[in-house]
Amino acid sequence: MTTPRLLITAWPHLAERDSTPRIMWTVNLTLIPVIAAAIYFFGPSAVLVLAASLAGCLGTEWVFKGRAALADGSAVITGLLLGLTLPPGIPMWMAFVGGAFAIGFGKIIFGGLGQNIFNPALLGRAFLQAAFPVALTTWPVIRENWWALRGDNLALPLMSPREVDVLTSATPLGLMKFEHQATGLGKLLIGATGGSLGETAAIVILLCGAYLAWRNYLNWRIPVSIFLTVAALATLTHAINPAYPGALFMLFSGGLMLGAVYMATDMVTSPVTNRGSWVYGFGIGALVVVIRLWGGLAEGVMYAILLMNALVPFINRATQPTVFGTRTAKETT
Amino acid sequence: MRMKFSHGVHPPELKALTEHVRIRRLPFPDEVVLPLSQHTGKPAKPIVRVGDRVERGDKIAEADGFVSSPVHASAAGTVAAIELWPHASGVFQESIRIAVAPYDAQVPRKRIIPDWRGLAKEEIVEQVRQAGVVGLGGAAFPTHVKLVPPKDTTIDTIVINGCECEPYLTTDHRTMVEYPDRVHLGTRLMMKTLGVDRAMIGVENNKPDAIERLQATIPEDLKGKVTVHGLTVKYPQGAEKMLIKSLLNREVPSGKLPMHVGVVVHNVASVATIAEVFETGLPLVERIITVTGPGVRRPSNLIVPVGTMTKDLVAACGGLTDTAREIVFGGPMMGAAQASLDVPVMKGTSGVIVLTDAEVKPQQSYPCIRCGHCLDACPVFLNPQILGQLALYERYDEMNEHHLQDCMLCGCCGYTCPSNIPLTQLFALAKAQLRRAPKAA
Repeated sequence: MTTPRLLITAWPHLAERDSTPRIMWTVNLTLIPVIAAAIYFFGPSAVLVLAASLAGCLGTEWVFKGRAALADGSAVITGLLLGLTLPPGIPMWMAFVGGAFAIGFGKIIFGGLGQNIFNPALLGRAFLQAAFPVALTTWPVIRENWWALRGDNLALPLMSPREVDVLTSATPLGLMKFEHQATGLGKLLIGATGGSLGETAAIVILLCGAYLAWRNYLNWRIPVSIFLTVAALATLTHAINPAYPGALFMLFSGGLMLGAVYMATDMVTSPVTNRGSWVYGFGIGALVVVIRLWGGLAEGVMYAILLMNALVPFINRATQPTVFGTRTAKETT
Repeated sequence: MRMKFSHGVHPPELKALTEHVRIRRLPFPDEVVLPLSQHTGKPAKPIVRVGDRVERGDKIAEADGFVSSPVHASAAGTVAAIELWPHASGVFQESIRIAVAPYDAQVPRKRIIPDWRGLAKEEIVEQVRQAGVVGLGGAAFPTHVKLVPPKDTTIDTIVINGCECEPYLTTDHRTMVEYPDRVHLGTRLMMKTLGVDRAMIGVENNKPDAIERLQATIPEDLKGKVTVHGLTVKYPQGAEKMLIKSLLNREVPSGKLPMHVGVVVHNVASVATIAEVFETGLPLVERIITVTGPGVRRPSNLIVPVGTMTKDLVAACGGLTDTAREIVFGGPMMGAAQASLDVPVMKGTSGVIVLTDAEVKPQQSYPCIRCGHCLDACPVFLNPQILGQLALYERYDEMNEHHLQDCMLCGCCGYTCPSNIPLTQLFALAKAQLRRAPKAA
């Protein structure tokens, strides 16, 4: 018997098959149905916007971290999620700039994967919202002709988009807030409303989220506590003043689904403790309702999540698990 | 009421290779190597010289103090050397090498086996101590120490640990299936010495045949006092503190021992060994061991003399496969990889696992993405995420503030980490560094 060249490694000598790239790519895969819904509703515009924001993210990651960094799939998530938060009619160059900002200032500047404080996709969107407020709040309505662009997607860089002949309308939340006009729940559920690419198809997003939760790739406590908080507060405010929308409308309109399932649950920027996840979800839910009802904006999911992202280190610190035996150790001394 | 401990992980069981394979006896090898330190505590002191003829079962090294254990010749032969030899801890340690006498009948010296029925508590403890019995589950803590609890503690329950939650290993499983009477006799002796009339045997539910055999063989007069409990299959169910939590819902205080909650825990194989000492009069010179893994051609459960070298074990199991790459002593979750095939099996070695290239392929590490999976895995509710970050920056003192000393290095965090951060290794390193340089008071 010849002696093999023995390897020495530390225990444990077994490892779970999950890996960080596997988690990231699975999240990407579950976004496919959401993207498909976006393309169904918004046609070629959806493809163009998503491609542009993806290119912005991947390009920036590639420039600063090299090609190998693209393989972990995290930049793809940022690109897709950013694209899904944008209106279908936005010029491609803006989406590209948003993607570059998301990765550059949302992630690279903090040291890359795992180091960032804020959700990069939302940071990119917040930047676009501040830089191009008009383009970010122009919502085309569903077109008869699927092939038609929903806006001047092809505007030249740094040019303002042409006034194209599209019908625009407010989002359901905008209609509610500024015109006190409710949108039917059925429309909201399937997503046949005006809004961002991923503000639609609530059911699809929920199903994908349920799958991710089952795989333990997202902490179910976060979306559940967001939904419960929003539902409870909306029911309460609706009971006090019926002019405010009810729970179902609040849950299924705007970016709440996408935000609660895909953005708030970003592992890097959400609490590590389960107790903390409840607190964090509650905070997001409460802020969403407050901003939507009393803020100057129709939609509040983005800022709610970004604000709570900033509080995550404190939430973590305050919700450390109780170490086994420390309670009994106190009792005995 | 169904109780269990929280958190933990579910590694693949991988026991199918040997769980139904009958224990067989290994022929005596040409040489055995008996390290003087096979147990927790001070190493034993040799009492033989090179060239001495020893019979099987002769004491060759004396315990040095109370928390120590004697070593006995596991085969008849001549003392070939007392020298530094590769040890399972990864360093060379003082060991007694015995050239086994060829064609020897290996009959131990005639000795008087006292009848345990007539013995006082102290005499039973002394017999156990003289026989060099230590915990066979891995930590190898001298068993007699746990039979003499301090005066100010009251023990009300003996817990017999038959969980064997480590993947691959089937040593305890086969012991329970093939020697259930020894388990019960050992339990009886423990109950007698500790003056306790309740013993609970905890077995993971993946060993239904063991549970059934143990239940069917409980002696008439112990019925009601000795109970067998099927437990959730979850790692680390066999960790003392977790097992006590599962069986009795008692939480051992941080920094304390099971006896502080009135419990003594013994591994099922140690219990069977105590019985064997009183049945045969032989001290602990052989043990049951699982040799398994994809890297060995004929996985087996073996009775081997303590001190058998790995190469002899592997040869008895058909040899290594071409892809064998790593040899682990103990279970895959907490076992230590070995650098040499000359490393001998010790009293506390419960298994030898040979892994192949496929299992030990180095994995790329990624930055921590704060997924929190390690927090959900840690059975003692630490925060391995923050501990890992601190360890990377060598901030060991701060790790103590985050309860590093409660970490039992069970490997759950390292097992579950999707970024392949060697958390458990970092914590072991941090503990070692803190031991080396205790903080100036």
